[in-house]
Amino acid sequence: MRTISVKDITKKVRDLCISAAYDLEPDVAGAIRAARDSEASPLGKEVLGQIIDNFEIAGRESVPMCQDTGIAVFFIEVGRDVFLDGSIEDAVNEGVRQGYKDGFLRKSVCHPIKRINTGDNTPAIIHTSIVEGDKVKIKIAPKGAGSENMSRLKMLKPAEGIPGIKSFVVESIKEAGGNPCPPIVVGVGIGGSFEKSAILAKTALLRSVGSKNPDSDVAALEGELLTLVNNLGIGPMGFGGTTTALAVHVETYPCHIASLPVALNIQCHADRHKEAVI
Amino acid sequence: MTEPKRITAPLTDADTAKLKAGDKVLITGVLYTARDAAHKRLIELLDRGEKLPFDIKGQIIYYVGPTPPKPGQVIGSAGPTTSGRMDAYTPRLLDLGLKGMVGKGARNREVLDSIKKNRAVYMAAVGGAAALIARSIKKAEIIAYGDLGPEAVRRLEVVDFPAIVVNDAEGGDLFLQGVEKYRRGA
Ligand code: SF4
Repeated sequence: MRTISVKDITKKVRDLCISAAYDLEPDVAGAIRAARDSEASPLGKEVLGQIIDNFEIAGRESVPMCQDTGIAVFFIEVGRDVFLDGSIEDAVNEGVRQGYKDGFLRKSVCHPIKRINTGDNTPAIIHTSIVEGDKVKIKIAPKGAGSENMSRLKMLKPAEGIPGIKSFVVESIKEAGGNPCPPIVVGVGIGGSFEKSAILAKTALLRSVGSKNPDSDVAALEGELLTLVNNLGIGPMGFGGTTTALAVHVETYPCHIASLPVALNIQCHADRHKEAVI
Repeated sequence: MTEPKRITAPLTDADTAKLKAGDKVLITGVLYTARDAAHKRLIELLDRGEKLPFDIKGQIIYYVGPTPPKPGQVIGSAGPTTSGRMDAYTPRLLDLGLKGMVGKGARNREVLDSIKKNRAVYMAAVGGAAALIARSIKKAEIIAYGDLGPEAVRRLEVVDFPAIVVNDAEGGDLFLQGVEKYRRGA
């Protein structure tokens, strides 16, 4: 047994909230730079240039790259040999409270019906799982509404198969147009149950941008979907161009013989994800 | 890439006549900020027959909810939010003389028709380019609904604020034209 103080979790979460908002991860930055070089539309190139200037300024001056610093989403893996001396949920929410205040981040969380802002960006969305080992791994992926609002879930009929999956993904992205701030990263969850497919789509976005699914069939589907999405011509910010998506990541899970859940989670170019291990 | 056109806000019909879908522009002058919650209140004022908190004639509204400024900053990061959420409120403001809007994403048919009818213009700023855009904002002052925090109505003074014309007064639409040009396959 290793004892981990929840105070250390709060501190880590605070720092992750701030650094995620200020510093774009190298995988995303690299994908955006490559897109600027390959983009066919002059206006699209210009937009990608502004996006690059922007994340460079944000990193250099320690300011948020986007004003929508998001709702804070966490995936936390707790080793089964870890003893926590308090509530992990309270610790994470306290970290969010401190991070969004100290980092001058926007508080964008409100009551769903009364629409009254909670004032400190809590509560966070926290997914925890128990894993082997004696460490705690915290992944943060703060999510803005522009791209989250364009996400979709559909229970397909098994007979619709791969063509049905493709048309659902492509039609949803076409409908989204410039709203989710393209270039986007597309997370697709296929299988599981209603809620499992959504979690798969979200976790697909945590992968390093452009990484391939280890299953070669799934990797091939990722490649085909990427081509189809980029053929839409939506381009950077929807102004037309050859870069609509930087990558498509697909995750799968077995499902009921009578169902085929498919979830699509769209991530904007301000693709903020960070992790830390305690 | 062609050189950007410089415009000064507030705008006149002569200004909007010069702008075409796809033009890059640099805006200097005054912008007012408002998002969903502020729009709702503005429309409620009009419903009660009361005056708006600013003279809307010729003005540009920027759809933005900035981050809090750090000490020494005029404003925090301040990129555009999705404009479609304001569609329900926009035609009424255009009929009162609103001349321009800056946001991101597409507008609905009613807004496009109203833009044309009122000789107005809809522009997009690069979504997510919030730290870059904030540099063009030289002054920011809350003029209404301070209780809404990031959603308050602010009067901004800007110099060379970068935007792109999406919908012009003649019905030109960059989203349609641009996407058509780069669409491939079926
Ligand atoms: S979609 Fe992303 S980049 Fe665009 S405004 Fe929202 S958080 Fe920022």
